[in-house]
Amino acid sequence: MAEKALNSEMRKVVVRFSGDSGDGMQLTGDMFSQTSGWVGNDLTTTPDFPAEIRAPQGSVGGVSSFQIQIGGTEIYTPGDQVDVLVVMNPAALKANIDILKAGGTIIADSDSFSPRNLKKADYESNPLEDGSLSDYHVIQAPATSLTKEALKDLGLENTAMIRSKNMFALGVVSFLFSRPLKNTINLLERKFSKKPLLLKANQLALNAGFSFAESTEVFGASIVIPPAKLPKGTYRNIDGNTAAAWGLLAAAENSGRKLSLCSYPITPASEIFHELSARKDLGAIVFQAEDEIAAACAAIGASFSGNLSVTTTSGPGASLKSEAMGLAIISEIPLVLINVQRAGPSTGLPTKTEQSDLNQALYGRHGEAPLVVIAASSPDDCFFYSYEAARIAMEHTTPVVMLSDSYLASGTSPWRIPEEGELTAIDIPKFEKPAEEWQAYLRDPEYLSRYWKSPGDAGFEHRIGGLEKKENTGNLTYKPENHEKMTKIREEKIARIAKKLPGQTVEGAQEGKLLIVGWGSSHGAISTAVSELLEAGKKNIGFTHFNYINPLPQNTEEIFSRFDEILVCELNNGQFANYLRTKLPQFTYKQFNKIKGQPFFTSEIKAEIVNTLTRQL
Amino acid sequence: MKTDVKNSAEKRTRKDFISDQAVRWCPGCGDFMILANMQKAFAQMNHKKEHFLSVSGIGCSSRITYYLDTYGIHSIHGRAIAVATGAKLARPELNVWVFTGDGDCMAIGGNHFIHACRRNVDLNIIVFNNRIYGMTKGQSSPTTPTGLKTKTAPEGSYETPFNIGEVAIGAGATFFARVPDNNHALMEDVMMQAYHHKGTSVIEVLQNCVIFTDGIHEQITGKETKDNNQLILEHGKPMIFGKEKDKGLRVNGFRLEAGKINTGQDNVLVHNASEHDSLIHLALAKMQLPNHPVAMGVIRKAEYENYEKSVHNAIEREKNRTPFKSTSDLFRSGNTWEI
Repeated sequence: MAEKALNSEMRKVVVRFSGDSGDGMQLTGDMFSQTSGWVGNDLTTTPDFPAEIRAPQGSVGGVSSFQIQIGGTEIYTPGDQVDVLVVMNPAALKANIDILKAGGTIIADSDSFSPRNLKKADYESNPLEDGSLSDYHVIQAPATSLTKEALKDLGLENTAMIRSKNMFALGVVSFLFSRPLKNTINLLERKFSKKPLLLKANQLALNAGFSFAESTEVFGASIVIPPAKLPKGTYRNIDGNTAAAWGLLAAAENSGRKLSLCSYPITPASEIFHELSARKDLGAIVFQAEDEIAAACAAIGASFSGNLSVTTTSGPGASLKSEAMGLAIISEIPLVLINVQRAGPSTGLPTKTEQSDLNQALYGRHGEAPLVVIAASSPDDCFFYSYEAARIAMEHTTPVVMLSDSYLASGTSPWRIPEEGELTAIDIPKFEKPAEEWQAYLRDPEYLSRYWKSPGDAGFEHRIGGLEKKENTGNLTYKPENHEKMTKIREEKIARIAKKLPGQTVEGAQEGKLLIVGWGSSHGAISTAVSELLEAGKKNIGFTHFNYINPLPQNTEEIFSRFDEILVCELNNGQFANYLRTKLPQFTYKQFNKIKGQPFFTSEIKAEIVNTLTRQL
Repeated sequence: MKTDVKNSAEKRTRKDFISDQAVRWCPGCGDFMILANMQKAFAQMNHKKEHFLSVSGIGCSSRITYYLDTYGIHSIHGRAIAVATGAKLARPELNVWVFTGDGDCMAIGGNHFIHACRRNVDLNIIVFNNRIYGMTKGQSSPTTPTGLKTKTAPEGSYETPFNIGEVAIGAGATFFARVPDNNHALMEDVMMQAYHHKGTSVIEVLQNCVIFTDGIHEQITGKETKDNNQLILEHGKPMIFGKEKDKGLRVNGFRLEAGKINTGQDNVLVHNASEHDSLIHLALAKMQLPNHPVAMGVIRKAEYENYEKSVHNAIEREKNRTPFKSTSDLFRSGNTWEI
C-alpha cells in the first residue's frame, strides 16, 4: 500500500464527494461545507454535475460531484487535485480517479460495486479488489448495507432507506476530519423539520457512518484542520449567484430606491433571477421578460422611472441586449447588467466557465459607446461587486456591466456579513435648484453625471431617447460639433470614475522581475500559485488583480512600471492583455491563456510563472 | 390604480401637453391628428401631470414623444412596449402611453406586442397603421396589403398582412379599438376609454401616409364611402351602419353577415364589448370590405386582473408574511457562525 497523503494535522485538504445524480452529493457536500465553516476553516467549493437533467443512472455521464478545499489558512480555490475521494458507485470512481493525488484516500461504498454497476462504468474487474488502486489508500465502507441495517426499524421502503446512504458517507468523512455531528444534525433538523421520519433516517445513517469509521479504525487517527485566521465577524457560506442577488438588495436598501430586476432565463445566471423572485418579501420587483431584449428594455423603463434597475444574463443574452445598452448610454441612465459568463461563442459550453465576454462588455455595441466594466473574483465578493455596480450606475447615471462567471456562480466560499454602515454609502447627485432652471442634460460638475429625475418629480418632465441630444438642453440636434462634444463627454464621464476607485494593490514583491496580472474569477488560482512560490523562496514576483476594468484604477501604469516583465493570466485568448495593450501600450504583455471551459489550476499557473522566470534568465 | 391618483389642482387644457419642440411630420400626415387628439385627451385625464409617461419606438409615429410635454422615452426599434412594461411595473401609479407604428409594433416588436396583450399590463398602446415603412422610405410592412407595390416588393407584395385586431385579441388583449385618423370625436372617446380600462389597451389608428400610401384607407375613411363602409360600435347598441342607418350585422351559422335590415325582424347583433368570450370580437375585428363594413370604436373591453397589480399584491403579501424586515435579517438567516 502506498504512503498515505493524509496526516493528523493538515493546513489544507481537498475532499470530493461523487456519486450518481440521484445520490445527493450536492447536499452532502453543502452540509460538509457548512460544518467546516462553523469550525472556523476557510473554504472554497465547486459543484460538478451533468448538464442533462436526468442522465442514465450508474453511467459515467451521470456522475455528480462536489469538491471542497478546506484549510486552516486562506483558501481561494476548490483545489486542483483531491486528497479524499468519496465514491458512491464505480462510475464515480472512474470519472474522478485521474484527479486523485498519489497516495490519496478513496472512501468507496463497496456494496455498490456490483457486477451490474461495474459493467455500467465499463470496468472489466472490480477495482477495489484487482489491485489497480494500489497507489491509493482505499477504505471499503459498505454504506448501502449498513445504512439499511441502521434504518431497518423505521418501516421505510428499500429505496427510501438507500437514499440516506449519502449521510452515512458524510458520517464517515465527519469522523475523518474530527467534525462534531451536532452542527450537521442542526442542519438536518432545519431541512426536515416537517418530515420527522426522514429526519430520523438521516440522523441514523449519519451516526452509523461515524460509528463505522470510529469502531473499525480504518483511518488510524482522524485529522485536525486548525481554524483559519479570518477577520472577526459573522460568517456564512454563499455561492456567487446568491451573493450577486444580495448585493443588489443591499444597494437598493442603501440608496432608498426600489429594485427592479428584468431578466430572461439563461444558464448559468438564472439563480440570481430565482433568488430575487423569492425576495418579494424585501420588495424586489421582478419581471420575467419574453426575451433578452425585452428584459434589458424593461430595465431601462424601470430605471427612467427611478428604480435601481438590473438585467442579468450570460453571453448570448448580453449579445441580444447590446442595442439596449447603447440606448442606456446615450440616455445616460443607471443600469446594471450582470453577465455570468460561460464558454462561447454561441451556445458553446453552456455549463462551463470562461472569461471570454470581456471584449463584448468593453466594445460590444455600435457607435462610440463606453460604459463601466467591473468583475468579481470570488463567490462571496460577487456581493461586493454587484453592490459596486449598482452604486456606480446610480451615482454616475451610466450602465455598468458586472462580470461573473459559471465558476463563481455555482462555487461557494465563506462570506463575512457586512456590519451596519460598513458598505460605502450611495450618494446620488441631486439637482438642488428650482424646476425652472432644469434641463434634461445638465450634469454634476465634478463627475459629469446627468441628474436622474423621474416621473413623479413635478416640473421636471423631460424626454430621453436614442437620438443625439444637445448639450445641457437635451433637445434634438444633428449639429456636427454637438455630436463630437457629446461623444467626448460620454467618454470623459466614464474616465472620471477612476478618481473614485480604490488604488490597485500588489501582493508579493512590490517591484522586480515579474508582475503577474489577473482579473475577475481567476484570482483564487493565481493568488494561491504566487503565495506558494513566495513561500517556497521565489523572490521578485508580484501579483496584481483587477476588479475594475473600465476605467482602470489610476495607479495601474505606475505599478506596471515597477516590474521588468508582465504576465497576464486569463481564461480566454488574451482579451484583457489586448485591452491593456491599447490602454497602456508602453508595456509588453506576456500571456498565459486557458480556453478549456475550466478554471485555472494553481499548478498550471505555478509552472507558467517558473517557466517565464527561467526563460528570462 | 389610475383613478386613485388625485388630479393636480388647476384645470388643464391641450396646451399643457404641447412641448416646445417643433413638430416635424410631412404636411398633411395623419400623425398630426393623433397628436392633437392625444393632447386633448391627456388634458381630461384624472392623473397628476408628472405621472404621465409616453414611450415610443422608432419610426415617424414614434417622434410623438418629443412633442408631448410629459416624461417620455423615445426608445429603440420595436421595443417601446418592453420599456413601458418595465416602467409601469416599477411605478404602477404612472399613466403610461405607448406610440408605435405597424412596422415597429407588428414586425420587429411583434414579440413584445403579443406578450403585452397576454400579460395585460396596464398600458395604452396606439398603433399608427399606415401599412408601410415611412421613415425608412417605403418598404413593405406586416400590414401592407397583398399586391401593393413597395420598394421591397416592386412587383407587388406577395405576403399576407396581419390584421392588428386579430393578432391582439388572439394574443389575449382585453381592450382593442380601431379608429380612422379623421374622426376626432371617436379618437378622443376611444383614448379616454382606453385610459379607464385597467389592462393592456390597443388602439389601431388607420393613419394616412401622404408620401408612400396616400389614400390607402380612403375606401374606409373617405367622405363618400365612410358611412357605408364603417360600422362604429358602441357597447350595448345594435350594430347598425350605412348612410341611411339601414344596414346591420347578424350571425348566420358561425359567421357574421352584413345586410339590409327591415324593422324589428332582423336579429341585429347588439354590441357587448365586455363579453369575456372573444369569439364575436375576433369576428368583428376581422371584418373587411367588400362583404363587411370595417368595425370602428371599442371592439373589446373585457375586465381581467392586470399584471402589475398581481405582482404588487404578491409583494405586499410576502412583505407581511416574511420574518425579514431588512437585508440584514436575510443575510443573518440560516447557518451562520462567529469568528
